[in-house]
Amino acid sequence: MTRFLKSREAMLTGAILALLALIASRFPGFIAPGNLARVFTDTSPLLILALGQTVVILTRCIDLSVAANLALSGMVCAMLNAAWPGLPVPVILAVAVTLGAIMGMANGILVWKLQIPPIVVTLGTMTIYRGIIFLISDGAWVNAHEMSAAFTGFPRASLLGLPVLAWMGILATAGVALMIARTPLGRAFYAVGGNPHAAVYTGLSVGRTQFWAFTLSGALAGLTGYLWVARYAVAYVDIAAGFELEVVAACVIGGISIAGGAGTILGTLLGALFLGIVKNALPVVDVSPFWQMAISGSAIIVAVTLNTRSARTKGRIILRSAEHRAPEGAAA
Amino acid sequence: MTDLSANSAPQTAPGRHIPDRLQGPGARLLASWELLLLLVAVAIFIANSLASPYFLNAWNLSDATFNFTEKAMIAFAMALLIIAGEIDLSVASIIALASTAMGAAAVAGFGMPALVLIGLVTGVLCGAFNGVLVTRLGLPSIVVTIGTMSLFRGISFIVLGDGAYRGYPADFSYFGQGYVVWVISFEFVLFALLAVAYHVLLHRSNFGRAVFAIGNNATAAQFSGIRVERVKFILFLLTGLMSGVAAICLTSRLGSTRPSIAAGMELEVVTMVVLGGVSILGGSGSIPGVVIAAFVMGLVTFGLGLLNVPGIVMSIFIGLMLIGVIALPRLWQMWRG
Repeated sequence: MTRFLKSREAMLTGAILALLALIASRFPGFIAPGNLARVFTDTSPLLILALGQTVVILTRCIDLSVAANLALSGMVCAMLNAAWPGLPVPVILAVAVTLGAIMGMANGILVWKLQIPPIVVTLGTMTIYRGIIFLISDGAWVNAHEMSAAFTGFPRASLLGLPVLAWMGILATAGVALMIARTPLGRAFYAVGGNPHAAVYTGLSVGRTQFWAFTLSGALAGLTGYLWVARYAVAYVDIAAGFELEVVAACVIGGISIAGGAGTILGTLLGALFLGIVKNALPVVDVSPFWQMAISGSAIIVAVTLNTRSARTKGRIILRSAEHRAPEGAAA
Repeated sequence: MTDLSANSAPQTAPGRHIPDRLQGPGARLLASWELLLLLVAVAIFIANSLASPYFLNAWNLSDATFNFTEKAMIAFAMALLIIAGEIDLSVASIIALASTAMGAAAVAGFGMPALVLIGLVTGVLCGAFNGVLVTRLGLPSIVVTIGTMSLFRGISFIVLGDGAYRGYPADFSYFGQGYVVWVISFEFVLFALLAVAYHVLLHRSNFGRAVFAIGNNATAAQFSGIRVERVKFILFLLTGLMSGVAAICLTSRLGSTRPSIAAGMELEVVTMVVLGGVSILGGSGSIPGVVIAAFVMGLVTFGLGLLNVPGIVMSIFIGLMLIGVIALPRLWQMWRG
């Protein structure tokens, strides 16, 4: 318990509570349970993507293609639905997740087999996936009237008082949290990111672990693609443009170390919630939504400064030089 | 930066092959990345002139240079930064902020020289902000610049919202629209001068050697007396300055400022640098490579444009090129054993 109180998660929880208290002091309606549920539902797409990104960052990689993956999966789902309105939602969901996973695997293969730096791979696939949306849709929009009621209704359908979209966020959080805490693959994500050399000596394949991290991130992006398109009832080339940076921001604010191997799912959850609350609170407190970009930028800088500070005070300065050496040795 | 991008897989890393005889300059040139790129550029040039009758026209080719001159100016500084093992993803947002500052000044009635100064100073200040966070606080540059990327453009959005600045003074339009002689634009001349300047800086000066040394082994560079943090800080300043220069050219060319100006340009700049043979892991690369990569990207964009290929499809080509140029040599190596 004392360990939790000193942790970065506790600090973040405190920051979120303070933020909520500040908003509530002027607009008590904001912290009504119904509204908080709405905020959580609105944050769910960000949260689901951030979970995948967390796993990728844990293995010392980064996935900048998630938003393009989301948009392409979403467009394919919308076009399928427009062409065959009778297609049941579970089939659409399966298509979205599979397609997203395949795109994630493409990233993973390039990182694993060809040893191309992840940032280069995903910068490239980000523009490629976006371009493919244009090729398959011819730049046209899929609008609400072309989608079936079942297709657009699914994320909003209420289950035990919460919409399905929120349940998806909860399920994904619980699933990923269980996986990284309780399965060999989950532990491998930490091992590979924490110290790739040691991971190799314990018999783990660094590349293969990174491949599965990208696959998971892709699958979650595909799932979010369907949910996004169905929720907003529109699909076009530019949906979620630039969203990948917000996703990385949620992870960084949540204390996931960009150097790999450190961070928790609770942190990611709190990081995403923080951004979600800011985004939803701005219109309420009558601040122009144009402020949001600058606020999340500042939040990233503050978060990474605090994280690096707290990591340093624990005498890790000696280890830092070793950390710097390790990847250089591998790259030579 | 190294921590993140290093794709550590020590099990496959072969021992470095040390040749018993060094190659002469001729053999080195034949095996070089730059020559390969140059061949690609020539091939694209020939293919373009065969594909479209409008390609081989001096004015059209001159127009084509605008596709890459502004990006290339930033790419030179970015190349040095990446060689030193850091990265700056906030360059396009610095353009937005510098352009917004210039727009506000133009509305307030400042003349051309003041606008140029404001653009440059804004760029340098943004670069200094990045540099302080990375070198003084020891933060990873990729995270810092993802943050400042939101912050700088966010400030533009706060100032401008969904509005725009227009009404720049008439003499301000020279930077983006003026021609020095015949079809040679001011931007192209500036691009050429900067290419020479950065070539000298990287390949002919102590500073350039320090940049390579830091990228290969920052610790060893520190112990051999190089002031690593200071060199990195200067590199961030330079990148900010170049973004300011690019902001002046782009604003002058467009004649207006919106907060979304140059959106996504940071990725094209990084693509140009990587395509030019600069290792994203740091430690190697050259300015001639970046120059040729700029031409390759400009020619591809322009050629496809003449064939009525939409911009978003061109980005597929850029993405494929980015991955292809790194993947193909590796596939070739794997195939040969």
